[in-house]
Amino acid sequence: MFRTALRNVLAHKARLLMTVLAVMLGVAFVSGTLIFNDTLSDGYRDQTAKSYAHVDVEVRPYGQSDKVPGISRKELNEIARLDRVAGAAGRVGGIAGVADKDGGLIGGGTSGTGANFAPGKDGKDPLYVFTKGSGPTHPRQVALDKDTAEKGGYDVGDTVRVAFRGPAKTYELSGIFTTDDTWVALGDSLALFDTPVAQRLFLQPGYYEYVTVTAAPGTSSTELAATLRKVLPDDTDVKTGRQLADERAEGGASDALMLSTILLAFAGVALFVSVFLIANTFTMLAAQRTRELALLRAVGASRRQVTRSVLIEAMAVGIVGAAGGLGVGAAMAAVARSTVGVFGAKNPDGPLVVTATTVLVAAAVGVLVTMLAAWLPARRAAKIPPVAAIGSAHLPATTRSLLVRNLLGGIMVLLGAAVVVAGAGAGGSLGKALVGLGAVLVVTGVLVLIPLLSRPVIALVQPLLRRGFGVSGKLAGQNAVRSPRRTGATASALAIGLTLVSALTVLATTVGQSTDRMTTDIVKADYMVTDSGAGLDTSAAAALRKAPGVTTVSEEQQSWMQLDGIQEDVSAVTPADFDKAIRLPVVSGSQGTLAKGQVAVAEDEARAHGWKVGDTLPAVYGDSDKSRKLTVGAVFESNEVVLPVVVSADVIDPNATSTTSSKAYLKTDGSTHEKALADALAGRPGIKIDDRQAIREEFSGAFGTVLNVLYALLAISLLIAVLGVVNTLAMSVFERQREVGMLRAVGLDRRGVTRMIQLESVVISLFGAAVGMAVGTFLGWAVCEIVKADIPGYALVLPWDRFGLFLLLAALVGLLAAMWPARSAARLNMLTAIKTE
Amino acid sequence: MTTSPPAPRTPTIAARATELSKVYGQGDTRVVALDRVSVGFGQSQFTAIMGPSGSGKSTLMHCVAGLDSFSSGSVRVGDVELGALTDRQLTKLRRDKVGFIFQAFNLLPTLTALENITLPMDLAGRTPDKEWLDSVIQMVGLSGRLTHRPAQLSGGQQQRVAVARALASQPEIVFGDEPTGNLDSRAGSEVLGFLRDSVRTLGQTVVMVTHDPVAAAYADRVVFLADGRIVDEMYEPTADAVRELMKSSDAPGFRTS
Repeated sequence: MFRTALRNVLAHKARLLMTVLAVMLGVAFVSGTLIFNDTLSDGYRDQTAKSYAHVDVEVRPYGQSDKVPGISRKELNEIARLDRVAGAAGRVGGIAGVADKDGGLIGGGTSGTGANFAPGKDGKDPLYVFTKGSGPTHPRQVALDKDTAEKGGYDVGDTVRVAFRGPAKTYELSGIFTTDDTWVALGDSLALFDTPVAQRLFLQPGYYEYVTVTAAPGTSSTELAATLRKVLPDDTDVKTGRQLADERAEGGASDALMLSTILLAFAGVALFVSVFLIANTFTMLAAQRTRELALLRAVGASRRQVTRSVLIEAMAVGIVGAAGGLGVGAAMAAVARSTVGVFGAKNPDGPLVVTATTVLVAAAVGVLVTMLAAWLPARRAAKIPPVAAIGSAHLPATTRSLLVRNLLGGIMVLLGAAVVVAGAGAGGSLGKALVGLGAVLVVTGVLVLIPLLSRPVIALVQPLLRRGFGVSGKLAGQNAVRSPRRTGATASALAIGLTLVSALTVLATTVGQSTDRMTTDIVKADYMVTDSGAGLDTSAAAALRKAPGVTTVSEEQQSWMQLDGIQEDVSAVTPADFDKAIRLPVVSGSQGTLAKGQVAVAEDEARAHGWKVGDTLPAVYGDSDKSRKLTVGAVFESNEVVLPVVVSADVIDPNATSTTSSKAYLKTDGSTHEKALADALAGRPGIKIDDRQAIREEFSGAFGTVLNVLYALLAISLLIAVLGVVNTLAMSVFERQREVGMLRAVGLDRRGVTRMIQLESVVISLFGAAVGMAVGTFLGWAVCEIVKADIPGYALVLPWDRFGLFLLLAALVGLLAAMWPARSAARLNMLTAIKTE
Repeated sequence: MTTSPPAPRTPTIAARATELSKVYGQGDTRVVALDRVSVGFGQSQFTAIMGPSGSGKSTLMHCVAGLDSFSSGSVRVGDVELGALTDRQLTKLRRDKVGFIFQAFNLLPTLTALENITLPMDLAGRTPDKEWLDSVIQMVGLSGRLTHRPAQLSGGQQQRVAVARALASQPEIVFGDEPTGNLDSRAGSEVLGFLRDSVRTLGQTVVMVTHDPVAAAYADRVVFLADGRIVDEMYEPTADAVRELMKSSDAPGFRTS
């Protein structure tokens, strides 16, 4: 039996190719993700281990206050004098964006850091190796990491502009260094300053954020840490370099892990879709070999032996697919590592890591999925009666009753739909669970029902086909419904893909457009100014006020406070300016109360904590320990523009020491334009000026980006769908050779044959797409209903343009899939096709 | 060539092959399927092509019907020379001027009997001549079964549909490739009767390949092939006469004529 099975695999190489490809794609995604993940984790571990190689112990106090912002010089010296300590370097750092020669921030400005250069007795800082020049030892000097210097085109002696909180300052480049610092390795820029300069910039003169301690010869870092812990006060963290490296590696890897989770989800989708393709292929193979299998039965093979032989074939296919998939997966991981950084950062170098687990998982997934998918067809094959071997060649295919299947599917769909609707109505976490459960039922039910659906749905387009394409169209339509089971299985792959795509699209468009509407309503300002680096300082706001045509500058500071014991993010504003720039979507109370020192809270929070207009709540602002009473003056609809709590800046801090704000809204008299504003802010790298259109995109654009990423990944399911359609069509063409030959003989030309196959393919594809879109829209609606409480200005939006695009895409998929089968059908040798055995 | 009486009349030629050769392969594997065959098929005549397996009888029919290409010589259907035609032109010729009846698998399973009958005209985008169609359907006795699908028809009924299809478009010539090969003798004689009637009453031209002497006896003329050549012919054949000739075909003399 085993040998027969293997012979069969070899005999049907071409037919099984598509199946192998599908398994391969699924396995490639799974193994690629695992390899990518392992490689990245290892890379991070190596990288962080290297970055802490020169640090034996790190001492970091916590619970800083204004009075004691860190470790003082005195304390540093005390540590340095301790036994077993060879050296101690005080360190301080913060945000520092390095500008290139055109004034833009290198690396986009979100990842620029600054630190102090802390040379030891030998004049060297073990963390940094200078390749050119030397460390900054003068207040006007700066040193840059090699990458950053290269990107900026800087050389020793050049003048470099560095942006902090506040206006940028210029320094002279004293040296260029390399470092094992993790963040630099991942693409951050690093600027080093003389210690007093860094202290002034990032903390307070005379203070350090933390201290790196080098152990005296013969002392292990663990011993050193133990010694330090005994001596230092309780509110000090003492950790060995090893501990820190492990902590940080975990943090870095968890970002990669999040990406992996998403990728694995798509691997799941790919495999799920593959199941249909595989099942379909084996069903067809069994049908094609009816006589052969019947002969086996007739000469004495038991049902179980037949089943087993089909399963062995599936296993062989699975093994080949898994092996190929593992290879492709490794290649994918290699490409992914070098091209897609995690959130814009570079990925650490290192060899690709293929663990035994990965190999095992790939093999298990590939083989199990294939065998599982082939199980039903195998059982069906075993049911072929031995008498079929001697039956007539033209025995009409017995259409097995689909009654049970349809009944089951119908019940599942109805039940599922009811559960989804109930869930959508219920909302909350119960609603989510119900919608989830219902969605599974509906999708499964529709997949079960798809053969039944194929006839009436395709019948709808039948007249269109007949009128538009004549006999070719008519035949195509009829061929498409000839084997409902096969059509259904073929369409399923597309249906699943499009269910996901359209559900996501409905959700994203609804959320996006609602947010967009809300934003447009709320923001009255003409421009929004943000700083991608450190935030806007007072001088920037002052410059904007002086810019031509600007009538109002409303600054917003983002902070946090304890309101009624709940930690809340706060937008602190100047009410007089704020009123001109922003119109809060007030539900109760009024925005005017902000000027009276009252607080405005978002509806969500108000509802969650039972706050009403007129309530007086205890509030503790930021780090201070002073508590005061705030009255709720307004409740507004939650939105993306302001944080959940809005309050006047003076209320929080009457003697405002803060000199920076997160963003500023500008109202103009219409005479100004972006260029004038940019000129007014010249010399501040990293500043971004958004006009109204850009503001809208800023607040609602994220949904579009997320959607595009999802589309790219879901393209995989489309690819598998194409393989499925190719497979079915090739099989159909093979089965209908004589028909095609006869048609050619009585006068259908090659173009007609090609068109017939193409149309059949397009019809099946469109059918799958339509089913998927219908289900997807329904589920998308349900999810929208669930989350509508969180969506400001909710109104369901059906993205018809996208739907049209999907249909077009599905038609293209159909055409693409038909290319090869149609060609081979058109080239069919009429005479061999007609000839009887 | 003395086994039959001379041709009773010299009809107009509906299709003619002249010096027709068909060669497969090259060198050692070279097979000559047709060796400079010249034959004409008279209008309103029922011609049977006979010969042992591998004699080239089917190949001859396929070449004359525009189903297959040939190596040298010429084939004319009506006044059209086939050798010069492209695939599309050949397709059009088959659709408009030729009717086919195959041994099996003549019908599309998804179409009804009537749809199958009008298929060549649907392909050409022509409206069938209603009166003619009715008379053809009447003749083959399918009036009650027009909405049936092939699977609901018996083998004989299926072949009658095939005959009706071949006749319905009023082609210049109808070719049959063992049209009764899959039928029992009763159903076979019905189909052959229809073909003969179409020649007698409708003036149709029919060329049929067969290996069955009984079937050949329905024809006006039988052409015998062996080893790719025409070796004999017979007018007004009877089954016995054909059988006699076939028996002698094993004799060496048969091949040398």
